[in-house]
Amino acid sequence: MAMTDGNRSYSVRDMIKENKKKQSGQQFVEWLMPKLLLLTATISVLTTIGILFTLLFETFVFFERVSIVEFLTSKEWLPWDEKTGSFGVAPLVTGTLLTTAIAMVVAIPIGLASAIYLSEYASEKARKILKPILEVLAGIPTIVYGFFALTFVTPLLQKIIPNLGIFNALSPGLVMGIMIIPMVASLSEDAMSSVPNSIREGALGLGSTKLEVALKVVLPAATSGIAASFMLAISRAVGETMIVAVAGGSSPVFTFDVTKSIQTLTAYIVQVTTGDAGYGTTVYYSIYAVGMTLFLFTLAMNLLAQYISRRFREEY
Amino acid sequence: MGKLIDKQRVVQHMNGRLLRNNVLKFLFFLATLFGLIVLVVLLYRILTQAIGWLNLDFLNNFPSRRPENAGIKAGLVGSLWLMVIVAPVSLILGVGTAIYLEEYAKKNRFTDFIQTNISNLAGVPSIVFGLLGLTIFVRELNLGRSILAAGLTMSLLVLPVIVVAAQEAIRAVPNQLREASYGMGATKWQTIYRIVLPASIPGILTGSILALSRAIGETAPLVVLGIPTFLAYLPRGILDTFTVMPMQIYNWTSRPQADFQNVAAAGIVVLLVVLIFMNSIAIFIRNKFQKRY
Repeated sequence: MAMTDGNRSYSVRDMIKENKKKQSGQQFVEWLMPKLLLLTATISVLTTIGILFTLLFETFVFFERVSIVEFLTSKEWLPWDEKTGSFGVAPLVTGTLLTTAIAMVVAIPIGLASAIYLSEYASEKARKILKPILEVLAGIPTIVYGFFALTFVTPLLQKIIPNLGIFNALSPGLVMGIMIIPMVASLSEDAMSSVPNSIREGALGLGSTKLEVALKVVLPAATSGIAASFMLAISRAVGETMIVAVAGGSSPVFTFDVTKSIQTLTAYIVQVTTGDAGYGTTVYYSIYAVGMTLFLFTLAMNLLAQYISRRFREEY
Repeated sequence: MGKLIDKQRVVQHMNGRLLRNNVLKFLFFLATLFGLIVLVVLLYRILTQAIGWLNLDFLNNFPSRRPENAGIKAGLVGSLWLMVIVAPVSLILGVGTAIYLEEYAKKNRFTDFIQTNISNLAGVPSIVFGLLGLTIFVRELNLGRSILAAGLTMSLLVLPVIVVAAQEAIRAVPNQLREASYGMGATKWQTIYRIVLPASIPGILTGSILALSRAIGETAPLVVLGIPTFLAYLPRGILDTFTVMPMQIYNWTSRPQADFQNVAAAGIVVLLVVLIFMNSIAIFIRNKFQKRY
C-alpha cells in the first residue's frame, strides 16, 4: 500500500521509519535529561565535599606547624609573630560566644513574643502587615547592620556606659540580636501555627484565657519547632561576620567583659584576609583551622536543630 | 442553703487572669513593634547621614581618598557584573536540582542525602563559602580575584535558597496537570518542560530574585576572596578584578575620618535602593502571575 504526496510516494514502512527516527531523538532527550539534572543535583553535594576537604587539608597543614593541643588549650591568640606566636583558639571562641549570648538575650525573648503575638493574638489583617515588615528586617545586608552598630548603637550606649570602648562586644551583640529576631519569630510562628485549632478551642471552651492557651497549650505543643528555631538562631549568630568585624574590634583577649574590644572567629578570618598575610605563612593556614572550628560548631547546631524537630515533633 | 458559687471570688480571680492576658498581649505587641521601630530608626539615621552626600557625582565617581570626591560607580557596576555570573549559574543549578529532586528522584537514601545536604549547606556561614572560593576558585583553578571566581562562590552560597524555593514552586503544581499531559501522549520531559515549568516559573522567579538580592548584599565571602575595595576603573570582562557596593561600604565604614561615614551612609542608600527595586520586582511577579490551583 502506498500513498502519494505530490510526486513522492510514501509507504507505511517509510512512515514508521520516519516516526521512529523522530522518536529516537525524543528518546535520547528523555534519556539525557534525568542525567543532566542529576549532575546539577550533585553540585550541591560536591560543594559540601569541597568545603570539607579544603578545610581539612589546610587545617592539616596548620596542625603540622602548630600543635593541636596548643590550639585547643592555650588561652593566647597571638598569631602575628612567627617565632613567639601563640595559637590558642580560646579567646576567639569566647569572643564568639559572648556576642552570640548577647544576641540571643535580645533575639529569643523578643522573637518568641512576636511569634506568640502573630500566631495567637494578631488578626489576619495585622499579621499580613507585620510579617512582611519583619522580613524586611531580615533582608537588610549585614554590612548595613555593622555600620548601624558602629555609628549609632555604640555612641548611644556610651552615653549610658561611659567606659564602653569604641569597639566592644555589647553593641554588635545587640544589633546581631535585632537582625535575628525575624528568624526566631517566623520559625517559631510556623511551629505554633501548625498546632491544630481544635486543641486551642478545647482549652478556650474550658474557660482559659488566650494567654493561658498560648503559654500552657500552644507553647508546649510547639516546643520542638521553637527549640529548633533557637538552635538555628545560635548557629546564625556564631557564623555572622560583618557586624562583629566592623563593630566588635580585633583584640583576641580571653575575657567575658562586654565593654571591651574582642575578636570573634569570623572577624579573625576577615582581619587576616583583608591584611596582607602572605600565602603559605602560618597565619594564612590558621584561618582554615579557625574556619574549621566555625564550620563544626554551626554544623553541630544545625544537625541538633534537625534532630530536635524530627525527634520531638508532636503529630496531630 | 449555702452558696455554691461565691461570685465575688470568681470575679476577683477572673479579673486577675484577664488583666494578665491583656498586659501580656500588650507586651507581645510591643515586641512585634520593636522590629518596626528599629527599622525606622535605622533608615532615618542612614538617610539623614546620607543627605547632602547623595548626588549624581556620587553615582558617577570612583573611590577617592577625599570623602567629597568618593563615589560608588565601581561598586555599582561591579555588583551588576557579579549578577552576570550568579544569576545564570545559580538558576540553572538550582532549578535543575529542584526538578531532579521533585520529578525524577526516587525515594531512596541518596535522595534523602541530597536533601539533607542542601538544608545543611543553607546553614553554613557565608564566610566558610569564602574560604572554599579562595582555595578552589582563586588558587586551585587560578581564576584570581576575578568576577568569575567571586560569581561562582556566590552562586554556591545562594544555591540552597534557590533549590528550596524552586522545589516548593514545583510541588505546588497539581498532579492533574501532569496526568492530563501524560494522557495526551506527552513524554516525561515534555511534561516537565511545557507544563510543570511554566506553571511554577512565578514561584521560582520570586525565590530566585530574593536569593540574588542576598548575593548583592553579601560581603563576608568577598572579603575572604580578597576582592579589592579601592578600584579606579571598570571591569571589561569576567576575568577582570572588580569591587562591589558592600565592599566599598565596608571600606568607608572602617575609615577613621567622620566624613567617610557619611559616604558609607550614601553608599548604603544606593545599595538599599537596588535591593528594594529587586524585591518589588519579586513581589510584583508573585502577585501578578502566581496562580492558585
